[in-house]
Amino acid sequence: MKTSQFKDLTSTLAPLLRDNVDTDQIIPARFLTATDKKGFGKRLFMDLRYEEDGATPKPDFVLNQKQYKGAKILLAHENFGCGSSREHAPWALIGAGFNAVIAISFADIFKNNSAKNGLLLVELPQSVVDEMHADVLKNPKEKASINLAKQTCTWKKKAHTFTINPFVKKCLMEGLDDIGYTLSFAQEIKRFEQATI
Amino acid sequence: MTTKNKAKTLYEKIWDAHVVREAKGEPTILYIDLHLIHEVTTPQAFTGLGARKLPVRRTDLTIATMDHSVPSANRKKLPWPDALAQKQVEMLADNCKKYGITLYDLDSTHQGIVHVIGPELGLTQPGKTIVCGDSHTSTHGAFGALAFGIGTSEVEHVLATQCLLQNKTKTMAITVNGVLNPGVYSKDIILRIIHELGIGGGTGYTFEYRGSAIRALSMEARMSICNMSIEAGARAGIIAPDQTTVDYLEKRVKFASEAAKKQTVAKWLSWKSDEDAKFDKEIIIDAATIEPMVTWGTNPGMSVGITEKIPQSDSEDIRKALEYMGLQGGQKMAGQKIDYVFLGSCTNSRIEDLRIEAAIIKGKKVAQGVTAYVVPGSYEVKHKAEAEGLDKIFLSAGCEWREPGCSMCIGMNGDLVPSGKYCASTSNRNFIGRQGRGARTLLMSPAMAAVAAILGTVGDSRDYV
Repeated sequence: MKTSQFKDLTSTLAPLLRDNVDTDQIIPARFLTATDKKGFGKRLFMDLRYEEDGATPKPDFVLNQKQYKGAKILLAHENFGCGSSREHAPWALIGAGFNAVIAISFADIFKNNSAKNGLLLVELPQSVVDEMHADVLKNPKEKASINLAKQTCTWKKKAHTFTINPFVKKCLMEGLDDIGYTLSFAQEIKRFEQATI
Repeated sequence: MTTKNKAKTLYEKIWDAHVVREAKGEPTILYIDLHLIHEVTTPQAFTGLGARKLPVRRTDLTIATMDHSVPSANRKKLPWPDALAQKQVEMLADNCKKYGITLYDLDSTHQGIVHVIGPELGLTQPGKTIVCGDSHTSTHGAFGALAFGIGTSEVEHVLATQCLLQNKTKTMAITVNGVLNPGVYSKDIILRIIHELGIGGGTGYTFEYRGSAIRALSMEARMSICNMSIEAGARAGIIAPDQTTVDYLEKRVKFASEAAKKQTVAKWLSWKSDEDAKFDKEIIIDAATIEPMVTWGTNPGMSVGITEKIPQSDSEDIRKALEYMGLQGGQKMAGQKIDYVFLGSCTNSRIEDLRIEAAIIKGKKVAQGVTAYVVPGSYEVKHKAEAEGLDKIFLSAGCEWREPGCSMCIGMNGDLVPSGKYCASTSNRNFIGRQGRGARTLLMSPAMAAVAAILGTVGDSRDYV
């Protein structure tokens, strides 16, 4: 059972210039009573995106601005995805059409959850991320190209390399199923259990 | 890689004892001793397991309860106002039945917040690896266990394999020396630590809390500290076990014999960092310098001591936070009007918390215009509190005495703070909208929240010792 693969991507960016965007902002808790993985996309950033009626778009929010429509990459800032362990956060981002998030840093559990769902997180230095934010405001049509094999994110013809855990990279590139991977070591698990009882 | 003959931290020792397989360039397969599950982060995991036609590998190491979305009043009356929440809870019950997992449901005397009942049942023990699809799983680290939150895919992974794929974290020693002033509590320690580190300052680390001020704390107080490790971004937070740990657990763990008990206790006490173990980072805090803390912003690091002023800054984040909170830079939190009080959550809903709150509230009334919820963390806590007469103290003061669960901490069960209202809360997160859309959360200790309840404004718990 393969998980989602990440395909190399060239896309415009949706800039969300805020630090510490927590998972309660990404997907508010009141939507977590759902029992499947679908339908969270329309709830992404719900309270940032809509007025209290839940339907009237806030015109100043990035996802409501037409110049950023169709962006497959979210350009965030520092410590994106902090807070709760809800995997509904990457489900919502993917559901809303994002395949990658670029930021200076990401929270730990969000990072794990994203990897399991084929959502690529690209960590770049603050100077680069700040420059990209400034550029996008000036020219929303500018596209970034992400090449996972080469671990590069190209912006305005300059390739910035990023680091990624090699196993996460392998999983994203091959769509490797990690439960299947772990079960391939069933003998080792059994041995561990026998030794510790 | 497993390191031998080298001084090790407690984290490294627990890690090494749970390595099923390690290989270069691949994550370690780490064995999990206890998997706690609840209704919100499991439905999709069970669906996945079903699609794979796999059983739950170790039902004996898997324990379920319902806490996040259960109503805190009239919950036996069906249907619940939130049909989806009811469906989710029913799905957990069905899955537990189908797979043979022990479930502490709403009819059980053990039902409660997952991080309150684990220790109560004696399941949380030194040296164990413990996971749950909830970021506050770090709570269990108070017992010298390696405990951390996971996502739903990882829940499925543990159900299927009883293992997780993990990479080692860095380690940070957080030493709190000295003696806390009267009226200052463990919640103030952890809020101060988060303030110093910042909410991303612990990312990539496991914390070990140590020092004389930590040693002096009860297990309940230690749990409040470990609980909020995640609020500084840490994967986990641990405290080495000692006699306080043993005293708590002895009453709750069944031993086959006196000899078995002796052996187990000795093993528990052996879980500690070597004297000369190296940490990747260390911070030291003098307990005597810690004041009662209150948050003023929209993350748990945005806090001040009660005599301090909210920072004045041009930072966009601070400006946005103050705008949401309706507060001003340069203002003190003391005297800030509040509308709601929430005494509860996996951080502070244990019997000791309720005793501290009741001692302050006893004989007084909740201030006019203030709504106060007391939500015990579990039925065990609730029944104990009722046996001690604490419920009567809360009720005669005008508080609501509710049924166990997460309640107003996360607001999934209809317990919400209205938009624009201020809530003095003993919970763990003051994120935008956390307690309800537009709700303004002020995080503080149980004593501080109880003081706020009777004053109707933020006060100083040191005046109520």
